[in-house]
Amino acid sequence: MLVAFLAVFVFVLAVWPLGRLFAEALGTGESGRSFGLISEAMASRAFGRAFWNTLETSAASVAVSVLLGLPLALAISLIRIGNRVALTFLVLSPLLIPSQIMALAWIELMGSSSPILGLLGLAPAPGAMNPLYSRGGIVWLMGIEHMPLVFLAVRASLTSLPEDLVEAARIGGAGTFRIVAGVLLPLTAPAMVAGASLAFAASVGNFGVPALLGIPGRYPMLTTLIYQRLNGFGPAVIGQVAVLALVLVAMAGVALGLRGIVLSRSVPIDRSGRPLVPFDAGRFRRPIVVVLWNVVTLLAVVPLLALVGAALSPAVGVRLAPDTLTLDGFRSTLIGSATVRRAFANSILLSAGAAVAAAGIAVGLAYLGTVRRLKLARWTAWFAELPFIVPGTVLALAYILVFLPPLPVIGVSIYGSATILLLAYISRFLALAIGPVQTALASLDPNLDEMGRILGAGTFRRIVKLIVPLAAPAAAAGAILVFMTAFNELTVSALLWSSGVETIGVMVFSLQYEGNSTSAAALSVASIGFVLVLALLVDRLGSRLPAGTLPWRS
Amino acid sequence: MANIRFDDVSKRYPGKIAVDRVSFEVPNGTFFALLGPSGCGKTTILRLIAGLERPDAGEIAIGKKPVAGHGRFVGPEHRGLGMVFQSYALWPHMTVAANVDFGLAGRGLSRAERRNRVREALDLVGLSAEGARRPHQLSGGQRQRVALARSLAVRPGIILLDEPLANLDAHLRQTMLAEFGRIHAQARTTFVFVTHDQNEAMALADQVAVMDHGRLQQLAPPEELFSRPASPMVARFVGQGRLLAADVVASAGRTTRIRLDDTEFQVEGAAPIGPGWLCLRARDVELAGDGAAGERLNGRVVASRFEGGDHRLTVEVGAAGATGLVDVLSPQRGRIGEAVRLALRGGWVLAREAT
Ligand SMILES: Nc1ncnc2c1ncn2[C@@H]1O[C@H](COP(=O)(O)OP(=O)(O)OP(=O)(O)O)[C@@H](O)[C@H]1O
Ligand SMILES: [Mg+2]
Repeated sequence: MLVAFLAVFVFVLAVWPLGRLFAEALGTGESGRSFGLISEAMASRAFGRAFWNTLETSAASVAVSVLLGLPLALAISLIRIGNRVALTFLVLSPLLIPSQIMALAWIELMGSSSPILGLLGLAPAPGAMNPLYSRGGIVWLMGIEHMPLVFLAVRASLTSLPEDLVEAARIGGAGTFRIVAGVLLPLTAPAMVAGASLAFAASVGNFGVPALLGIPGRYPMLTTLIYQRLNGFGPAVIGQVAVLALVLVAMAGVALGLRGIVLSRSVPIDRSGRPLVPFDAGRFRRPIVVVLWNVVTLLAVVPLLALVGAALSPAVGVRLAPDTLTLDGFRSTLIGSATVRRAFANSILLSAGAAVAAAGIAVGLAYLGTVRRLKLARWTAWFAELPFIVPGTVLALAYILVFLPPLPVIGVSIYGSATILLLAYISRFLALAIGPVQTALASLDPNLDEMGRILGAGTFRRIVKLIVPLAAPAAAAGAILVFMTAFNELTVSALLWSSGVETIGVMVFSLQYEGNSTSAAALSVASIGFVLVLALLVDRLGSRLPAGTLPWRS
Repeated sequence: MANIRFDDVSKRYPGKIAVDRVSFEVPNGTFFALLGPSGCGKTTILRLIAGLERPDAGEIAIGKKPVAGHGRFVGPEHRGLGMVFQSYALWPHMTVAANVDFGLAGRGLSRAERRNRVREALDLVGLSAEGARRPHQLSGGQRQRVALARSLAVRPGIILLDEPLANLDAHLRQTMLAEFGRIHAQARTTFVFVTHDQNEAMALADQVAVMDHGRLQQLAPPEELFSRPASPMVARFVGQGRLLAADVVASAGRTTRIRLDDTEFQVEGAAPIGPGWLCLRARDVELAGDGAAGERLNGRVVASRFEGGDHRLTVEVGAAGATGLVDVLSPQRGRIGEAVRLALRGGWVLAREAT
């Protein structure tokens, strides 16, 4: 019963909208020929430009991600250093900071009124265009934003390598350098390619960076082209943009397919042995530690400082100095503006609702799939991942397509209401909650549930009394992950919000768009602070979670 | 009255028959042991009784009620059984008392009645003082008893026990085994007890079912299983029996004449004339002095170990090309290679399929 309900739910929220969108893209269009829409869209000049731009910047940003993520992962997992958790947390902070805020922070850092470049006397002249409003800027920022994907993949493969590989090489007379270059690097190469493929797929679907840098810099990409078309012409053009969505999915799909091939083709390694012991770097330890902290500070801390500085400055464009520091920006944005207050309330309610719903569905699906071993539940859990894999823009389009017409039976359209955002958040982030809950329940003795059955307890009572208490820490972690991600979300919200249901992501974007960067910065700082506090809360929960739930603790 | 009835039941897993056309009946109130080597399908039979698995073929009835077969299936929630898993499966987030109480919900019992039942069940297993503790604060033997109390509390007609002693040390195992006997006598519930340890099975059971490769080999009281095994597998598995290839020359009633190594012996058992097995336990043979009269088996010591106060010699007997091993107890350590003569005090004959 429950399984059928969950399956229908996931079908309606995930499979059906995406399926409809692709069917739409494959439709006939104005010419009436089959695949007419596709050929019409392909022929347009705007499409061609956006397509090549997307391909080019995504590929280049992957190079940045690898150049940053690989050395960081090698250094942090292979060398014995202190404060590893803190360092890892900073390296992974782009995962917690949404791309539009990351972009905003770097815009402030590199702009003419940059408090930090100003101190160094390096700030661009007032009135000059921010150097980040360019292809290079997009590449750099997407590179940083997706660096954690490469870092995580490489680190996971390094830390699970068995120590005997290293010992064997030692006995064979190899030095540390030869061990790293000759043994460890080749063995982690597949993981690196896999991480790079993920980074590529993420770049293709990224909206925040091209929206904040590419739109003012007149550098269109596929996600921003979809956004601008829909904003300019309304839902009438949905058929055309559906084709763009299909192309986005295809590009991401190729990358993920490559990842699958690489992972399945790579040489199997027996990972059961004692895990790798970090090296002692000897006299190189100090310099390495200094470089590491400098790089990580530059990537993760300095831009945020610039953002805080912008939020504390009295007016846009005014140089920050100790005597001009003011909390007016915070006051007028957070307290003075009714819209911002509403956005805060909306984002909290929507993400909390999505978090609770996703955790609930995740417990149900994971219980039925891993404890009860029902095929249908496992299929459903698999399909529930789709909305998280496809670019957010694509999911939002699919929702517009399916939920714009009035719903059958009740005859009301949920488009333009908070409901559509809530449903979209649930389906987009469900995968984040399923992951930890599934890991937790997979290690649960199935006899615990079977004993409940034998004693006559029905499915519902067993879930409430036996499964929920045992899955609670993992479900809570999943819910908090969903909340943190949804709270600052921009990509999906940008297409589905309406006046009255603004979200924080949308507010930051439109404040910056209107040129009110002090307010945008203040709001960003406030929302990031909120998310960081939450992250610290889950971290406290850490010891009660299955290993691997929190990416910064390994 | 039959309490559990299996009728030609089979259960297949992908690429594997776990239970192969098994039929048996467990009378009401018996202590029934399922014995067999690892992987022979014991747990699967227990799970079929509990309703945690559906049979692929055959019928299962509990009491007079068919519960599986002919497209009918009663789920475990509605079979009203008790079970003790090998892992105990105690719920770690509940106290001992809450664990025991769990099955009492939804049975129309008042709060006071439920409390009474919990207390009675904990009394019966000797854990009345531990009700407020959590499972992780208990020893292995105590956890085991909580698991039993949890099932006793719902007063089921049948309690299934899956290798309940496997995780305990040897001493505790003896104690718990005696406890099971006492509780079985007191609760008058049918116990189905799965084990791969023949001593556990033989110690308490009224009936023992020996399984091998998913098939039921023999169902008999322990004494009969020991003295009259029905198949070579049972003979080997129970009581460390050794089998020697022999020729049956005559068989009448319960005694049979066999020829082994050019000597004829008279032993118990019935088998058609032709190839047969002679099953010998250590207690069926003794070392014979040189002078004594009677039929003798000549052999050579191949191994000797000290066990339970005696030296257990393994002796190779029979003509070249058709040798077999026999165990015999001896007060002295055996020398490897030493020639010995054995006298038969017992033995059991089984038919052998000619190869
Ligand atoms: N869920 C399953 N899927 C596939 N094969 C299984 C499954 N459960 C059991 N089997 C196989 O069925 C056979 C019988 O298993 P069962 O657990 O009943 O054995 P057992 O007699 O209880 O063994 P043990 O003494 O080791 O517990 C085994 O060969 C096992 O590998
Ligand atoms: Mg078993």
